[in-house]
Formats: sequence, C-alpha cells, structure tokens
Amino acid sequence: MFYRENGQFKTSYRADQQILPIAQDRVALYLLLAFAFLAVPLLASNYAFRAILIPFLIFSLAAIGVNILVGYCGQISLGSGAFMAVGAYAAYNFFVRIDGLPLIVALILGGTCSMLFGILFGLPSLRVKGLYLAVATLAAQFFSDWMFLRIQWFTNNSPSGSVSVSNLQVFGLSLESPLAKYLFCLTLLAVIALLAKNLVRGAVGREWMAIRDMDVAAAVIGIRPMFAKLSAFAVSSFIIGVAGALWGFIYLGAWEPAAFSVDQSFKLLFMVIIGGMGSIMGSFFGAAFIVLLPIFLSQFLPALASVFGVEISTAGVSHAELMVFGGLIVWFLIVEPHGLAKLWAVAKQKLRLWPFPH
Amino acid sequence: MAFFLETLFGGLMAGMLYSLVALGFVLIYKASGVFNFAQGAMVLFAALAMARFSEWVPLYLGISNAVAANLIAFVGAAVVMFIVAWTIENLVLRHLVNQEGTTLLMATLGIAYFMEGLGQSLFGSSIYKIDIGMPKDPMMILDRVFDGGIMINQEDLYAAIIAATLVALLSVFFQKTATGRALRAVADDHQAAQSIGIPLNHIWVIVWCVAGVVALVAGMIWGSKLGVQFSLATIALRALPVVILGGLTSVPGAIVGGLIIGVGEKLSEVFLGPYVGGGIEIWFAYVLALGFLLIRPQGLFGEKIIDRV
Repeated sequence: MFYRENGQFKTSYRADQQILPIAQDRVALYLLLAFAFLAVPLLASNYAFRAILIPFLIFSLAAIGVNILVGYCGQISLGSGAFMAVGAYAAYNFFVRIDGLPLIVALILGGTCSMLFGILFGLPSLRVKGLYLAVATLAAQFFSDWMFLRIQWFTNNSPSGSVSVSNLQVFGLSLESPLAKYLFCLTLLAVIALLAKNLVRGAVGREWMAIRDMDVAAAVIGIRPMFAKLSAFAVSSFIIGVAGALWGFIYLGAWEPAAFSVDQSFKLLFMVIIGGMGSIMGSFFGAAFIVLLPIFLSQFLPALASVFGVEISTAGVSHAELMVFGGLIVWFLIVEPHGLAKLWAVAKQKLRLWPFPH
Repeated sequence: MAFFLETLFGGLMAGMLYSLVALGFVLIYKASGVFNFAQGAMVLFAALAMARFSEWVPLYLGISNAVAANLIAFVGAAVVMFIVAWTIENLVLRHLVNQEGTTLLMATLGIAYFMEGLGQSLFGSSIYKIDIGMPKDPMMILDRVFDGGIMINQEDLYAAIIAATLVALLSVFFQKTATGRALRAVADDHQAAQSIGIPLNHIWVIVWCVAGVVALVAGMIWGSKLGVQFSLATIALRALPVVILGGLTSVPGAIVGGLIIGVGEKLSEVFLGPYVGGGIEIWFAYVLALGFLLIRPQGLFGEKIIDRV
C-alpha cells in the first residue's frame, strides 16, 4: 500500500537508470542518511560510538571491499586481513615519515599500497581457481603477518610491531572525540559506498559478474579475464586497505600485527556470506550482524545463566560465545544460504503487494 | 653434509605429521566435495577428549596400567568422534546438499567455531598432556659415516612410523573392503553411486568417522609432542598448503605434499631464514605451494580441472 511504484512514470533514460528508481526507496535512503548524520549523534552514548557504531562503519567499508572481490567477481579470498594490515601500516608510515601529511591523503596512500599488494597476490587468480585460490590467498595473510612482525622498517623500528598514532586532524578539526570519529567514518563510508555501488552497476561491474558466473564464457564474448580479475582485486583491496587504515587510526589508535590476523579475514568473509554475496547493501547487514552478535552474546549469556541460577565463569562465557557464534552461522547458512540481502529482497516484494497476497 | 641430512630427516618426519592432518581434508573433500575447515578443530577436539579420558580412566575406573588406560581412552575418544561425525552429517551437511562450495566452506568454519567452544567447555581449556610412552631422547644414526653421526628425534621417528602405518591401513581399507569400494565409488561420481544403490548419507557419516579417527591419531601425536591446547586447532592452517600442493582429491598427493612441505619448511628456515629475520616457515610453505600451483593449477596429483561452457 505504501510501497508501490504505480504512477511513477519515467520520462527519460536518466530517470530510468538511477540507482534507486522507486521514489519510496529514495525517500527512505535520505531519511536513513539524515538519521545517521543528525539523529544518531544526538542519541548515542560514547560507549555506543566506541563499541558498536565505529566498528560497524569500518567493517561495513571492509565488507564492501570483500564483497566486490568475492561476491561480484567470484574470487574467494581469505587474505582480507592482510590487505587491511597493509593499508594500516602503509598509511602509518606515510603519516609519521612525512611531516604534516593530511590524514585523508595518508589514508588514500595506504589504500593505494594495499591495492598494489592486492594486485600482486591477485596474480595467481589468473591461473588458479576456486578453493585452490582461497588457500593461495592465505599466503598473503601469513606473509603480511610475518612482514610486519619481522621487518622493523615498516613499523618504524618498534619491537613486536606495535605502533600508535595520535593528534589526528581533518581540515583542522580534531578527531579525538568519539562523535568526530563517527562522523568522519560515516562520511568516508557514504562516499565510498556510493562509488562502489556505481562501479558495480557500470561496465566494470558487469564484467566482474560475467567472470564470476562463467569465466570461460565471459572470455569468449570478449571480456578480458586478466583485466576483470585484477581490477576486482585492485578496487577491493583499495577499499579494504582504507578500512584497515581506519581500523588502526580511528578505532584502535595503537595496534600490532595481531590486530589483522587470519581471524579478521574469516570474519570479513562471514560478513559477506551472511550479508549476501553480490550486494552492497548486504555488506552493511553482514557487518551489523557480526559486530552486534558478540556484544549481544556477552551481555545476554550471563543474564540467561543467572535466570537458571548457574554461575558461568568468564572462560565459560567465551566458550559459549564461540559455540553460539558457530551454531548461528551454520543455522543461518542452512535457513538462508543467500544471506540477509535475500531476506530483504523477499520482504520488499511482499511489501509491494501488501495487503494483497498476489 | 651431516647437518643438511639432519635437517632433511627432521623435515621428512615433520612432513609425515602434516600429511596426517592433510589426509583428513582430502578424505572428506573427495567423498563429499566439502572443503572441511573444521579439520583443525576436530584434531583439537579429539586430542582434548583423548587427553582427558586418559586422565579420567585411572581415576574413576581404577585401571592403573598405562597401556590399558591409553587404549580405553583412545577407544573412548574414537567413539566421541563417531558421535561428532554423525551429528555433523545429520544436523548440517544433510541440509546443505547441492549448495555451492563457498557455502559449505563457511558452514565448516561455523562447525570449527562450535567445536572449539564445545571441546573447551566439555573438557576444559588448560594445557593437557597425552603420554603414550613415546621415547623422548634423541638417537644417533650413521655415526660410522659422519663424524658424530646424525641426530634424530626418536619421538618424531615413532610418530612418522605411526603415521605411515595409518596411511597403509587406510589404503587397505579403501582398496580391499566393501565399504572402501563404496567410498571410492561415491568419491568418483555421486549420482552414479547413488543410482546403483549406495546410500550417500550413510557413506558420508563413514567418511567423517574415518576423518575423525585420522584427526584423533594426528591429535594424539601432535598432542604428545606439543601438549594439548587451543593452538592445536591452528594445525589445520599449517596443513592447508600440503593439501593444495598435493591436490585436493588425491590421497598419495597429501603424503607427497606433506613430505615436500615438511622438507621445504625446515630447509628454508635453516638455510634461508637467518638472512631475512627468521620465522619464515609458515608463509614459505604457502609460497612453495603457490609456486607449484602456478605450474599445475590442480595440485601435483589432483584431477585435471576441465571447464565446460
């Protein structure tokens, strides 16, 4: 009743090809943006910014990057943590070695380094496919773990590879308060998400999807597999690198190589699968799910135990968290293998017809 | 020369242990097309069960003979792994038939998380030890040929012998028994196997059981070497290059791959490591495997991947 496109006539190709052709979608998006930029800063507490909102924004960004590679181009990657690490450490190096380098430039340079690293480790994808490629990308992960732990130059000669940044500023505004950090991440995310959305619905995005669906057939109809695959690796690792730099600079402040371990790679892949492969919006859903679930569990499980009068130790809680996390993922894959984005699409279809069944 | 040989033998024996873990991957992938990331968690789970049972048996059953206690613990742990296999098949895999490879991969990652949590809450999360009476002191061989001889870790030697025995037993099981034949048929072609009356679900439970027992043996050996603790679950990540180097679908590939990776790791660490700061074992294995993949994308012994449009 409320969500129906009847009577919305398109009078130009431009109107027909815009990102959100349905007026209600556009209104909803503007409302959402207004909510995120105006209402959330008024409502959220410092704890919510630090523990939930900032990690959610940064992971959404990283998940968009992973989704471009895994969801759109079909190249399974378990090396996302490495791309984040390269982004973070490269941005750090530019930031501390060049005096007065603006933060945004450092982030972009970090992303560029991550892009080069991604292209390098994307080269095997021209020859190796599927699960073999997934394992091959782990090489990037372990190589970066080792590189930032052992090669002192990258970490400014700090032992154990731990580095920190302080006095972050953007255009003269200090990025110390959680609110400022939140707004900075949100702005970056909104810009990059828009770019990514436009990229995947353009010519390059269609090439990626063709490669994903059947690479031999795509090559036959004139799509260059090398260009498509490497460009997917490049764009994806650029975005993941920027997200990694944000994770280090904004969220952690001080970090060591273990912050970008293989666990991070698995988490990012979970976000993409649970959110929905090949969907920018799904990346947001997946990131929200993975960020919120552990917080929810750590609050909920002790409360549940005390209802039954059982005392759970902290170790017990962390084991139970692992179990519930694993169990939920399996359950989710069984119930909806196409992810939350698919649920959203089904709900939208139902909404269009509501209150009629057909 | 003696030092080189010593490193080489060390690598070969470490490689045998990698093959054991890799074997678990290959068995399941071949039979059901599932790339089982939970193999590491299964190793941890089995080793935890074994370690705790061997502690509990003398305590509650009053059996003080170490061999008997270990044997009972082993059987107990094997039964636990059977239950795990049955549960996984019934609750997870049965519902995911015909899904894409990535979905299955993710599901096994979920299983891995679950089993790590469950294993530690059932059996505790401290460091336990498994003592199956393997001699710890090093042994000297070939001391006639080289000055001072070559030092070999007896424990590693025994572990390699156990691993080799297990592989031999498995190949007899696969080649000579009716169940083994059914397993090979399923591995070859699911639909054809089903059409001649081989029950697929049944076969998958068996495969997961076999993989569980392989995980148990691997967990036992690694556990008695390093102690049973959480980090045992990361063994799987060390064994992955072995699997892709040997080929996902080949049992001999897992063994040859294991030996190549074991030797490559040790030699690189000893002869190349000092120049670049050490600790290169783990990524060197992956790069080595990657190098092989660039020449043969399906691994050394894997089936040729044929694309049809």
